[in-house]
Amino acid sequence: MFKILNKKVLHENILQFTLEAPLIARKAEPGQFVVLRVNEYGERVPLTIADFNREKGTIDIIFMVIGASTTVLASLNEGDSILDLVGPLGKKTDIRPDMGTVVCIGGGIGVAPIYPIARKMKQVGNHVITIMGAKNKDILILKDEMEKISDEVIVTTDDGSYGIKGFVTTALQQLIDKGIDIAEVVAIGPVIMMKTVADTTRPYNIKTIVSLNPIMVDGTGMCGGCRVQVGDETKFACVDGPEFDGHLVDFVNLMERQRMYRPKEEIEKDHICRLAKKVEEMEEK
Amino acid sequence: MPLVMQKHEMPEQDANVRRNNFDEVALGYTEELALAEANRCLHCKVPHCRKGCPVDIDIPAFIAKIKEGDFEGANAKIKEASSLPAICGRVCPQENQCEKYCVMGIKGEPVGIGRLERFVADYCMQNCEEKIEKTVKDDAQKVAIIGSGPAGLACAGDLAKKGYQVTIFEALHTAGGVLSYGIPEFRLPKDKVVKPEIDNLRKMGVKIEVNSVVGKLFTVDELMQEFNFDAVFIATGAGLPHFMNIPGENLNGVYSSNEFLTRCNLMKAYRFPEYATPINVGKKVAVVGGGNVAMDSARTALRLGAEKVYIVYRRSEKELPARREEVEHAKQEGIEFKLLNNPVAILGDEKGYVKAIRCIKMELGEPDASGRRRPVEIPNSEFDIDVDTVVIAIGQGPNPLIQSTTPDMQTNKRGNIIADEETGKTTKEGVFAGGDIVTGAATVILAMGAGKKAAKAIDEYLIEKRNK
Repeated sequence: MFKILNKKVLHENILQFTLEAPLIARKAEPGQFVVLRVNEYGERVPLTIADFNREKGTIDIIFMVIGASTTVLASLNEGDSILDLVGPLGKKTDIRPDMGTVVCIGGGIGVAPIYPIARKMKQVGNHVITIMGAKNKDILILKDEMEKISDEVIVTTDDGSYGIKGFVTTALQQLIDKGIDIAEVVAIGPVIMMKTVADTTRPYNIKTIVSLNPIMVDGTGMCGGCRVQVGDETKFACVDGPEFDGHLVDFVNLMERQRMYRPKEEIEKDHICRLAKKVEEMEEK
Repeated sequence: MPLVMQKHEMPEQDANVRRNNFDEVALGYTEELALAEANRCLHCKVPHCRKGCPVDIDIPAFIAKIKEGDFEGANAKIKEASSLPAICGRVCPQENQCEKYCVMGIKGEPVGIGRLERFVADYCMQNCEEKIEKTVKDDAQKVAIIGSGPAGLACAGDLAKKGYQVTIFEALHTAGGVLSYGIPEFRLPKDKVVKPEIDNLRKMGVKIEVNSVVGKLFTVDELMQEFNFDAVFIATGAGLPHFMNIPGENLNGVYSSNEFLTRCNLMKAYRFPEYATPINVGKKVAVVGGGNVAMDSARTALRLGAEKVYIVYRRSEKELPARREEVEHAKQEGIEFKLLNNPVAILGDEKGYVKAIRCIKMELGEPDASGRRRPVEIPNSEFDIDVDTVVIAIGQGPNPLIQSTTPDMQTNKRGNIIADEETGKTTKEGVFAGGDIVTGAATVILAMGAGKKAAKAIDEYLIEKRNK
């Protein structure tokens, strides 16, 4: 069992949990993920490690309530425990001291996993420009944290309610147009965002790393459910990734594969809602 | 009393009923049937059956106990050699092992040794108060076992009996390896058979750490140096699914057999939405491959509600690697065998879902290295089968996680760990390996045999170590 030490609501449906997991914290590196199972009935859910503290023996996860599993997860409180937590899984981000200017891009909830990457990029001596994108000002997460660890932070919002009006690629294109010598771009966010980032940098041949989150079960290379097309090869995101060269990833196939269980997700959500209603009714009685 | 030349049939669920449920197919012998079957054993002076058993069970002795009506004694006799009789009685390929050498098989059918083993184990689980005592000694040397499948469990059992402090590290959230995620409920019931066997190990004092991926959470070196394990046994199995590398394999609806079976067995997708993990089966399913895993996948698909399930296999019926019994069961349930067919592509619709599998007809040519006649494509014989789901069950390789983080342990070109066949010794001091991770995908009982051999060698190694 893995105890929830702290629960923070970042936005109405975006939550941050600090979990007691000393063994995982001991080994976690930026870019890696965990797989968790809330209870006996739960799915195995992969989530990128948003932060870790080796001294305190904790890891942080940040998630958006979208499906049945995250709804159940969100219903837990401080002091409650998660049944299963396994990690750190996947390869760590390739971070070297002499890279130069690195642009870290986080879109929406993707800001969470980009945070430890940007922090380490900066720690080892690189110049870090962070671009954070959100639909609007209200759901911008981790802005203060990002400002502390980046040399420069650029915010974009779809509706222009904060920072530059537009997408993360709007800001990225501006940096490129200014002639900034970008050594590498690391982008994490919705698949469509990662695709457009890769499309933006491709003509300039700027190395672009993306972190993929396909559907997976075990997370250790056993099921092959997370396979992604990268160049001529089929890779397993859980063990070969989750980070890949954005210029080689077949994003269209990835998006199709992510939609595989959409109709089933509705059934499951309905099931959870009805369960909750039943519990409520019983409590009223 | 005249000799009964045929094996006594084991009662089983009717094919038309069982294809709609996940309950066990074979129901096991009754006491009467077990006695009658035991009475077919001739108690040969030289019991050839024993040489077919990878763990050397004293088969005539346990059958003699059954004849006496001493089922508990029979169970104890088996347990001297095998710690998991309820499992082996169900999933061992007895026809290629003990029963293959039974003298009765020359003129008739061999004694149903597997069925008798299963009967004895089930009888004792239900009727005997088997008292398991803690054997692990708290000041004994420590052994880490990586993987809780058949090899790991067998090794753990033998080492715990000798008093060693044994910790099993399991990557998934449930112990059992292939017994839990792979072999379906209808062939190997989890709560009735697998869980009690694992609980017995816990009672002996074996620690099982689930959610622990060795290679990530700790390396083999860390286990030995920081966590003070005196020896390590690697039994991580064959967990890396093979695909065919044909067009369309990344379409929605194409599963590896590992994923398909894991979703159903481990995650209980057959009880969706009560259990949250979904599985897409659709109306028509093609399972590619001809081994036990392919049969398991096909029969699982049927039980999940598929209307039509095909086995697509590139050789002929004679070469099917699956156990005869599994093939027969699959046929009885209505699985259609598309033999001498090889998939060349999987076709999808505009949304990226599978709509058909394209196969080419094959014929058998000259025997290849395996001694089996090699399948050869018949030119221009391609045809499509309409399906919503394709399950690839053509075998598994070794997961590279541990090998890649243990640089001073050698592997072969396939990625399997190089280990001595008799002792499991690897090229790294104090590290042993056995089961599918060494041999490539094989059977439960062979893995158990490797686990037992390694336990013996680890014991010898640790005696030497503490006397140094």
